[in-house]
Amino acid sequence: MPTKIEKDAVTGQDTTGHEWDGIKELNNPLPKWWLYILWATVIWSIGYYFWSSPIPGVEGFQEPARERLEQTMATAREQQSVFLEKIAAAQLEEIRDDPELLNFAMAGGGSAFADNCAPCHGQGGAGAPGFPTLADDAWIWGGTLEAIHETILHGVRTDDIQSRYSEMMAFGDGILDRSQVSDVADYVLSLSGQSVDRDAAARGEVLFEENCVACHAEGGVGDMEQGAPALNNQVWLYGGTKADIEAQIWRPQHGVMPGWVDRLDPETIKMLTVYVHTLGGGQ
Amino acid sequence: MVDIYGNADAQSRQEQKHESLYQNRVKVYPKKVAGTFRRLKWTVLIVLLGIYYIAPWIRWDRGPNAPDQAFLIDMPHRRAYFLWIEIWPQEIYYLAGILLLGAVGLIFVTSLFGRVWCGYTCPQTVWTDLFMWVERLIEGDRTKRMRFDKAPASSSKLTKKAAKHGVWLIIAALTGGAWIMYFNDAPTVVVNILTGQASLKVYGFFALFTATTYLLAGWAREQVCVYMCPWPRFQSAMFDEDTMIVTYESWRGEPRGKHKKGTSWEGRGHCVDCKQCVAACPTGIDIRDGVQLECIGCALCIDACNEIMGRLDLPRGLISYDTDRNLANKAEGKPLRYRLIRPRTIIYSVLLVVVATVMVWSLATRAQVDINVLHDRNPLFVTLSDGSIRNGYTIKILNMTREEKAYKLAFEGLGYAEMTVVGQEDSASQNIARLTAGSDTVATYRVFMVVPADLVQGEVQDFNFVLTELQSSETVRRGTVFRGP
Ligand code: SF4
Ligand code: SF4
Repeated sequence: MPTKIEKDAVTGQDTTGHEWDGIKELNNPLPKWWLYILWATVIWSIGYYFWSSPIPGVEGFQEPARERLEQTMATAREQQSVFLEKIAAAQLEEIRDDPELLNFAMAGGGSAFADNCAPCHGQGGAGAPGFPTLADDAWIWGGTLEAIHETILHGVRTDDIQSRYSEMMAFGDGILDRSQVSDVADYVLSLSGQSVDRDAAARGEVLFEENCVACHAEGGVGDMEQGAPALNNQVWLYGGTKADIEAQIWRPQHGVMPGWVDRLDPETIKMLTVYVHTLGGGQ
Repeated sequence: MVDIYGNADAQSRQEQKHESLYQNRVKVYPKKVAGTFRRLKWTVLIVLLGIYYIAPWIRWDRGPNAPDQAFLIDMPHRRAYFLWIEIWPQEIYYLAGILLLGAVGLIFVTSLFGRVWCGYTCPQTVWTDLFMWVERLIEGDRTKRMRFDKAPASSSKLTKKAAKHGVWLIIAALTGGAWIMYFNDAPTVVVNILTGQASLKVYGFFALFTATTYLLAGWAREQVCVYMCPWPRFQSAMFDEDTMIVTYESWRGEPRGKHKKGTSWEGRGHCVDCKQCVAACPTGIDIRDGVQLECIGCALCIDACNEIMGRLDLPRGLISYDTDRNLANKAEGKPLRYRLIRPRTIIYSVLLVVVATVMVWSLATRAQVDINVLHDRNPLFVTLSDGSIRNGYTIKILNMTREEKAYKLAFEGLGYAEMTVVGQEDSASQNIARLTAGSDTVATYRVFMVVPADLVQGEVQDFNFVLTELQSSETVRRGTVFRGP
């Protein structure tokens, strides 16, 4: 509060009566209209506070945020519906070959992928041990648009009767012994051009032909009909070291992928298919 | 009280100061003056307003599918056009350059000639001046206006006031409307506004700019300069003793006092205390109190005082543009010395030249084509079944020309790599892809680079994408990386 109002000797101006360490503040009066504007803004802010109430559970006079969001969403959906209708009507190949639809599908599929698929397959289909990489050119159940579509619809090893289903035998259950498994692993490694003990690989080849060819096919090229991965390439689902391969022969692991037919609408699944196909390995 | 010059007594705002912490508005009634600086101010005003109102109507042929307005900021399409220059959002640094030029230029002229910007060219000054002219035309000059304001309400007062505000509002609307034209095709937007077809946004901004012009130039006036504008706050940092400013020669004027014709000037100063300088001042100050924050350097007090000096047959220039140093020199009878070239003006002008050169140079040599390269982050790289490593990139080609252009995309510094462009697999032969980008658009392509397993050089390898425009062979390179395990 102003205490002693006095005239400043140099300027002849009044002080405000405030003094700090001997320094006196001169009174340069603020215009009154400025003060009024300050009060006007204060009053405005009180009104505005209630108009757009930020308190949870208390509705302001403004249209509630949730309703506005729903309206925005509805408008967006309406704008998208033109494309969605076209996607619903189109074959997968038609979507891929139409630049406009392709763009829309890649954007829509991309966001559906990030929501539903990325937790296992990684952002951009980067993959992880046990979760196939979708951005490479190796496919277990096939990489054509139709094959990918089928896999997304019904999943892998689910209760769905249309599900992709395959299971590798556990050769550790008395079918092969440890040294035989080691030999087979050596042979499998040699299939992808890695240097191994030649004698062991030769023994392994015999065992492979007796036990594995039925699914993994001659030369380990794999069989997408049965979901048997190719073994003659550099892409490994459960790891590519000898120990990894032996473990997989001895007591195999089997991943499960849910089917999305009941959880996503057909258009989204189509867009997902196209998106996955464009990640880099589509056939 | 009306004095011998036919004017009510003028008090500077300093003298009218209130004693409370808050001050009633000190209403300023600037008097009409005639003289060199007033003429200069009118000239500047007409030129500036002319430019402002005419510029959006200048047409400029940019070919089909492009706006034919010389000055246009096209927000929806994210382009700005200035005559032959076309600015893309990526080039917004030109705006930074222009702001820098403006700031340094302002500091430069201020250090030389004081607040000439404020006095002559500031929009606040220009429009306020125009509004005051209207006011003077309708309500009369200073004394008349003061009496008019005090007079009791009458129908003639009401009519005059209404007329004044009406004209003000018309000018404000024209001003606000012209501002809109810089952001829309001028003829179209004018027709739309007049026929009620413009969008709500356009009307909103129209109303906003009209209201601000009316309030700032009609009502707020010098209050903007005195209370709101930051510029006067640091004028003292730009003035030195060699800056030309509006000054009162107190050595010559003091002691001041009323003068009777025929009496001697012996023992007294030339200032006759007529207060014409105060009456003329649009911010309502007394320049005889010295340099003040409120003085916008408009020199109208010079014109006012010179007229008095002329009438008294005294030399003009009791109030004049001069430097602090010369004021002291004059008082001591020393020769005058003007120093336009001083360390600070040298630094400012060098800065100006450097920034301007860089801008002109980069504008003149800027490419009509550019690429942005984005390396995929997810996944950083992919191992393919034969063991080779693949990286993905998103490439954006910016075609700033008015025609569809064909390009050749190649790369350098990544031997043995194979390049494929998604969707263009056929055109990529020998690692050169032929791509196109439509007129005035950004074309996006996905590009894959594959390097055989045994040739991957460590985790990160630098290389360039090289894009060549086929017609002009204009070439741009963008560095990026190839990542391996
Ligand atoms: S400076 Fe000039 S205009 Fe001002 S009061 Fe003195 S004589 Fe009059
Ligand atoms: S003192 Fe003179 S120069 Fe300064 S604002 Fe007033 S009239 Fe203009």
